Amino acid sequence: MVTGAPGSINRRTHPLWFLVPAYGLLLVFFFLPTVFNFVYAFTDWSGFKAEINPVGFENFDQLTSDGTLFRALRITIVYAVLVAVFQNLFGFGLAVLLERDTVVNRIARTFFLIPVLMSALAVGYIFQALFQGSTLLADTTWTIVVVALIHAWKWMGLSMLIYLAGLKTIPLDVTEAAHIDGASRWTAFWKIRVPLLAPAVTFNVATALLGSMNGFDIVQATTGGGPARTTEILNIFIYRTFGQGLFAQATTMSLMLFLLVAVMAFPVIYVLRKREEVL
Amino acid sequence: MTRRLQPFAAILLVAVVIGVPLWLVVATAGKSQGEAVDPDLSPPTTWHLWENLRRVWTDADIPAALFGSLLIVVPTVAIVLVLGSMAAWVLARRTSRLTAVLYALGISGIILPPAVVTVVLLLRQLGLAGTVTGMIGVYVGIYLSTVIFFVAGFVRTIPSSLEEAAQIDGAGPLAVFRRVVLPLLRPVLATATILICLYVWNDVFYAFFVIGGRIDTLPLNLFQVASAGLYLNNWHLIFAYVLLMSLPLIVTFAVAQRKIISGITSGAVK
Repeated sequence: MVTGAPGSINRRTHPLWFLVPAYGLLLVFFFLPTVFNFVYAFTDWSGFKAEINPVGFENFDQLTSDGTLFRALRITIVYAVLVAVFQNLFGFGLAVLLERDTVVNRIARTFFLIPVLMSALAVGYIFQALFQGSTLLADTTWTIVVVALIHAWKWMGLSMLIYLAGLKTIPLDVTEAAHIDGASRWTAFWKIRVPLLAPAVTFNVATALLGSMNGFDIVQATTGGGPARTTEILNIFIYRTFGQGLFAQATTMSLMLFLLVAVMAFPVIYVLRKREEVL
Repeated sequence: MTRRLQPFAAILLVAVVIGVPLWLVVATAGKSQGEAVDPDLSPPTTWHLWENLRRVWTDADIPAALFGSLLIVVPTVAIVLVLGSMAAWVLARRTSRLTAVLYALGISGIILPPAVVTVVLLLRQLGLAGTVTGMIGVYVGIYLSTVIFFVAGFVRTIPSSLEEAAQIDGAGPLAVFRRVVLPLLRPVLATATILICLYVWNDVFYAFFVIGGRIDTLPLNLFQVASAGLYLNNWHLIFAYVLLMSLPLIVTFAVAQRKIISGITSGAVK
């Protein structure tokens, strides 16, 4: 028989050529540039001459010897962790505060979604203007924290929505059972409801970490990487060196970002998933 | 006690956390240049809002940037949705080792950052550097993974019996996809449309590398306007621009709020 029984999923009813257009574009515009990253990070590609020659690990040597590489990696990780912590604290707090479906709460939630919709660049300019004249964006130690707070401000509405959706999925009888068993409201909240939010925590922490490691707009619009390059996350470095025509250095950092995200993503998702299974 | 205080706490929080920054935008956009040099929360002595909006509209050439934004956002969303759901449908329905690997590759872009520098080199080799086509291709490559992820998850929740009925009637895969599957995907495609519009409409980073200096989009234009010496400390014009640029999204949001919220949260929690 050429075809399967009616209803069977096979080559004829769900042909693989349906994948061709999407995967063709993915190959050209996503996978190929990624492969190029692994090639051109080892060349002297620049805006100053036409030919491109292999140079081995020279770009890595240069970026490690002047400390730029580890500094940018450290700043990116610190920034990502700060954003993940702040965004989840704020989002969770808002979800708990605005959980009941009252008119005031519905309107309040809407307002907290406005920053999510706004351009991150615009958000950066707003806070740059708001903090003008203060040292908040000019301190070599604390500015990274301030910028992470701004990033969290922009995205906390999204975390709030996801925690709200998570709180809604918890059946009422679970909390009621806890009350009947004599648990106080406080205990019922922290011991019963919060642990059941694990899927929402997974999603929120993972997206906040990955989103901020790949961040650019907010940092660029508030500090541009300063003061004294203390907020220069990887994408700011890539943007700056690319603008200077140092394409190979920019590519090397782009490769480092790729590796950083790849290395961090899998353990983060694995650990958080494991936590869900235990509960 | 806490129940009665809660509405006041909510209102106070909105006023301080959201109200203050938004007021700064509106108040500064309404000030004269002299008043706006040191932006603060004081209201403008006389409102120049309309005048400032008109000035950025013509000086910064917003119509051209708006046109550029639309020229990129609309085809990107259409291509990503159609090709992404075609692929996701087949991947969700066929269960083999090959399709599992292809699915994993297809959604890897959700996590992995795109190679922004080398994509420029590739576009040059393809003759697409600085073109709308090149920009659309890059966005499609970045956001296909989001569509494949969302749509495949959705397809798995709908029974295949509807498709089978059409197959028995002799419909080929394209007809089944177009007439049976695509209409069923409407809710998830609405979600994906919103998310991708939001990302592409507001993007400045990828646009800078691919089309910076050649074609203007709204965020790219704002970025140049705000960084240019001409506009340094011209906060009234920067915030007039921010108002104009945010308006389409805020209006869309006001109209389709329920859909957007259910869209954003679906898929995040089981």
